[in-house]
Amino acid sequence: MTINRRSFIQTAAAVTASLSAPMVMASGKPRVVVVGGGAGGATVARYIAKDSKGAIDVTLVEPSRTYYTCFFSNLYIGGFRDLGSIAHSYGKLASEYGINVVHDWAVDIDRGAKTVSLAGGATLNYDRLVLSPGIDFVDGAVEGWDLNAQNKMPHAYKAGSQTELLKAQLSSMPEGGVFAMVAPPNPYRCPPGPYERISMIAHMLKKSNPTAKIIVADPKPKFSKMGLFQEGWANHYSGMIDWIGSEFGGSNVSVNPEAMTVSIDGEETKVDACNVIPAMKAGRICEMAGITEGNWAPVSAHDMSSKVDGNIHVLGDASSQGDMPKSGFSANSQAKVAAMAIRGALTGSKVFPAKFSNTCWSLVDTNDGVKVGATYKATDEKIAKVDGFISKTGETADVRKATYEESLGWYAGITADMFG
Amino acid sequence: MFLCTSVGAEQKIGDPSAGERVFKKCKSCHMVGDGAKNRSGPSLNGVFGSKIGSVDKFKYSKAFKDYSEKNIIWDSETLDLFLTKPRDYIPKTKMSFAGLKKAQDRADVIAFLKTYSNVSLVSDDAESGSGLVLPEEILSIVGDPAYGEYLASECQTCHRADNANEGIPGINGWEIEDFVYALHEYKQKLRENPVMQMMAGSLGDEEIAALASYFASLQ
Repeated sequence: MTINRRSFIQTAAAVTASLSAPMVMASGKPRVVVVGGGAGGATVARYIAKDSKGAIDVTLVEPSRTYYTCFFSNLYIGGFRDLGSIAHSYGKLASEYGINVVHDWAVDIDRGAKTVSLAGGATLNYDRLVLSPGIDFVDGAVEGWDLNAQNKMPHAYKAGSQTELLKAQLSSMPEGGVFAMVAPPNPYRCPPGPYERISMIAHMLKKSNPTAKIIVADPKPKFSKMGLFQEGWANHYSGMIDWIGSEFGGSNVSVNPEAMTVSIDGEETKVDACNVIPAMKAGRICEMAGITEGNWAPVSAHDMSSKVDGNIHVLGDASSQGDMPKSGFSANSQAKVAAMAIRGALTGSKVFPAKFSNTCWSLVDTNDGVKVGATYKATDEKIAKVDGFISKTGETADVRKATYEESLGWYAGITADMFG
Repeated sequence: MFLCTSVGAEQKIGDPSAGERVFKKCKSCHMVGDGAKNRSGPSLNGVFGSKIGSVDKFKYSKAFKDYSEKNIIWDSETLDLFLTKPRDYIPKTKMSFAGLKKAQDRADVIAFLKTYSNVSLVSDDAESGSGLVLPEEILSIVGDPAYGEYLASECQTCHRADNANEGIPGINGWEIEDFVYALHEYKQKLRENPVMQMMAGSLGDEEIAALASYFASLQ
């Protein structure tokens, strides 16, 4: 099925598009534009280019020339990786896969004309568009904080300089100083992320500043892999971490970046470093394309196409991804489903039923890794979970070490899968 | 089950060389290694991962024979339970051994026994150490490599296309039958690793055959 029936009926533009059969374009090959070069975007661009064997023109729009993976950025904070080891270039996607890599911002989408406007002034035409822009923060989500404050109280939830900044602030805390994290409400990018970060910060401070204190103000009553993290915190970082969930006032938070204070349920604390992770929404380009409902872009589980416009596919964090978590692994998994569907639509290649999977590894301390994962299938309603697993508390040291080593294999694998 | 939980909590990391010393207590009845024969107890080559009561040509007690019908596998947990006090685990066994009281001793001797069992990823023959025997209808499925290529995209995030081994093994070029066995063992939870058990759990027989066919073709 090459044309999404709902978009055929709904938009005049879709009717026009459907009349000009994609295979017989006056300008030549069918064109795919991908906005966002992360786990979703880089993967979909590579798979379309590789598997179409040059039959499809692929353009990848990504503002960063060096991509720092959010996943494993916590390990850099903890001192387990250096920043260079989580940095990746787009060179191979250009040189070996023939992808047109454009380092620019997409600032507007014209769904009728099927064009993408770039900040630098150029306009790109597409037959199919993939948006994989990640997340942006909801304005005013944390009282007292906005993006101007990110230098004093970093979010470090888009990896790179923000991560480096947070680590530097942690390193310069005074002896016995206080670090506070304001955790985000559901749904957000990387469910175990903030808690792996707490573990990594505790690991780092235990060595350099063992009397330092860590406070987490959390608007949620519980969090991903909670039992496993709390077991690890008790085992490795006893007395260092104070997690204040919603039941203890953790949802009633305001911050003052100038004064460096955090107020939790009316009680104000002076902090020496503070990581504010606000509520999130789809990367703004989705909103500008007019394909969001609320904070996220709803998609068909069968091919990740937007429920608003069948010519646009949305991957990763920005999408309403059903039972899957917003993770890099999920984005990479969804990218392959989308790539197959897009190639089928544009070149008539075979399309198999969508299958998805995810595994999230978190490092709690040296050689103490935990994981959670699941497989999924496409239903008409959503991406639905089929089966899953999670690490158990009380696992032996060799199991936890093996889990950590497995995550190293995965990291090497997914970055090769994304960047070639 | 209380017994399982307490064992799990005590599970130690076994040292095979310490296990060799523990095994001296077993040597009067059991052999391992080259030329091992059945004596009053069966040869213990390949015991780890095998079905309880499955050693060829050994005359098991009725108690053991009845127990073997449960199709339970000798693994770290079951061996630990059994060796704590054999007569508690399989009442009326003719194995006249009181048991190993120390958890560390048990872990060590199990690690020692493991070195005489084929627990490597690629098994040398069709019947792997797990004791699983796949029926001919499954082994004879000819997998479609094109379908396998599509399914493989899900695998290749972790099992690298360039066959690199950095914490997750490369799986290119495996013999088809070894591959099929490995995935069925994961599917039936006879092989450890919860990620693989889950991945294999969602694959049908045709899909496993297709993947085997595809990966066999890779360098």
